[in-house]
Amino acid sequence: MMEPSVSVRRDVAQVAAVPALSLHHVTVHYRQHEALHDISATINVGEQVAIVGPNGAGKSTLLKAIAGLQPVSSGTIFYFGADRITPNEIAYVPQRLQIDWRFPVSVIDVVLMGRVGRIGLFRRPSRHDRLLAQRALERVGLAAFANRQIGQLSGGQQQRVFLARALAQEARLLLMDEPLVGLDIPSQDEIFRALVTLRQEGVTVLTALHDLQQAARYFDRVMLLNRTLIAFAPAREAFTAANLVATYGGHLHLLSSGDGLLTVADSCCNPSLDNTL
Amino acid sequence: MIDVLTAPLNYAFMQRGLIAALLVGTVCAVVGVYVVLRGMAFLGDALAHTILPGIAVGYLVNGANRGALFWWALGAAIISSLSIGVVSRAARIREDTAIGIVFAAMFALGVALISTVRNSAVDLSHFLFGNILGVSEHDLWRIALFGTVVIAAIVLFYKELMVVTFDPVLAATLRLPVQAFDLLLLILLAIAIVVAIQTVGVALTLAVLVTPPATAALFTHRMHSMMIMAALLAMLAGVVGLYASYYFSIASGAAIVLVSTLMFILAWAGSRLLRRNS
Repeated sequence: MMEPSVSVRRDVAQVAAVPALSLHHVTVHYRQHEALHDISATINVGEQVAIVGPNGAGKSTLLKAIAGLQPVSSGTIFYFGADRITPNEIAYVPQRLQIDWRFPVSVIDVVLMGRVGRIGLFRRPSRHDRLLAQRALERVGLAAFANRQIGQLSGGQQQRVFLARALAQEARLLLMDEPLVGLDIPSQDEIFRALVTLRQEGVTVLTALHDLQQAARYFDRVMLLNRTLIAFAPAREAFTAANLVATYGGHLHLLSSGDGLLTVADSCCNPSLDNTL
Repeated sequence: MIDVLTAPLNYAFMQRGLIAALLVGTVCAVVGVYVVLRGMAFLGDALAHTILPGIAVGYLVNGANRGALFWWALGAAIISSLSIGVVSRAARIREDTAIGIVFAAMFALGVALISTVRNSAVDLSHFLFGNILGVSEHDLWRIALFGTVVIAAIVLFYKELMVVTFDPVLAATLRLPVQAFDLLLLILLAIAIVVAIQTVGVALTLAVLVTPPATAALFTHRMHSMMIMAALLAMLAGVVGLYASYYFSIASGAAIVLVSTLMFILAWAGSRLLRRNS
């Protein structure tokens, strides 16, 4: 399947000595209880990682901690070797429910928002900024929609606007919280095609996901998370029966498919009820 | 026919009232775009009411000096907007509940203070319902000055305020000072409200903040065009309302708000028709 290309890419990534992201014994408290316990992991530059786990496992909390939106109780996070974020280098795509889609902004307005930090106070977007925004839209296949109001787009197109915004921001690390929730299959495919574009740009991607098959199919490595990090490896190694039971506990339906890969249906809960800040 | 339009302009108080309506309409409509987009309508209404104790204290200390009353009112509005945040965080209650508590307490305090002054009924109604025809030249200068400050701040911080309003999470990851911009918006809102009190009064301020932007939102999908259109609609409502007030002897603030509401209803019906035909 995807295996050969995956291993080649990891070899390439290992040449680049400094990892994109390195978590050292990270513990995070959310509303007084421990949401994440002692997470350690290293993610290489350009790698695309899926975070999977049941509702309440701390997927959103982990992304928010990495984005600096949620304080870390103990441990350290290193970004490209530095122990603090360079603000413009990290892009965070929020859950769809958190966006007001009737807001009076056009697609290009939203993409240009990614440049706000680089433009600086009291300045207007330059031609360079507009060019970057336009090019970012072209790369996710939305150039023709630049002047539409964001509410007029389909769910998949809306999500790609945010990917374009991350490109325009020239972010090196992209965090996405359940980007596929509420999208139909063609729209989900659009997102995965856009992820290929991000790979060409060398952007490191961390995505919270619900679907284990998609995690296995489209991502270099998967994190199995349930308050602690249960496994962090390519899907083929990570998705063992023991790891899946440790992650999902009772909410689990194991099915053995032909190629020996276990598939799982998470029987629990509506993803939109996932814990959000 | 021309006489109908020019006759009221023979009166200096009508000239001043018209200028005040144009200025206040513009400032409130532009700030009101944020009120509509951020869902702050209740806060806007509450802030307008919390100004009352400021005006009452100002009245007790400085008498009817309008300039002094303006500062007292502005102080009360800013203190209320800050204390709402503090109460909400400290008492761990929802923000709208905190707004309710602060708003009711401040308004009651205002009524209590005013009730200690004899013959207060007339003055109180001025603040509750405004008196745009009583605007002095001094008032006009003050409205123009503060209106300019508000508009200038919005132009200068336009893109930051847009990000903070549309996607606070992006603002936080870009390390924009989100709280500072939220505070700036509260202060701009407080200034717009104090400016509006003069023309439409405490009770109707919310309408000049919310109705023109809501009308503009029916027709535009860019924030800056929503601001410009809201300002134009507010100015039109101000002028038409004042003429209606002159010819039909209606209270000026109420006339402006009713014209503005009528424009919203027509615009809404028009946009429905447009959508059905397209």
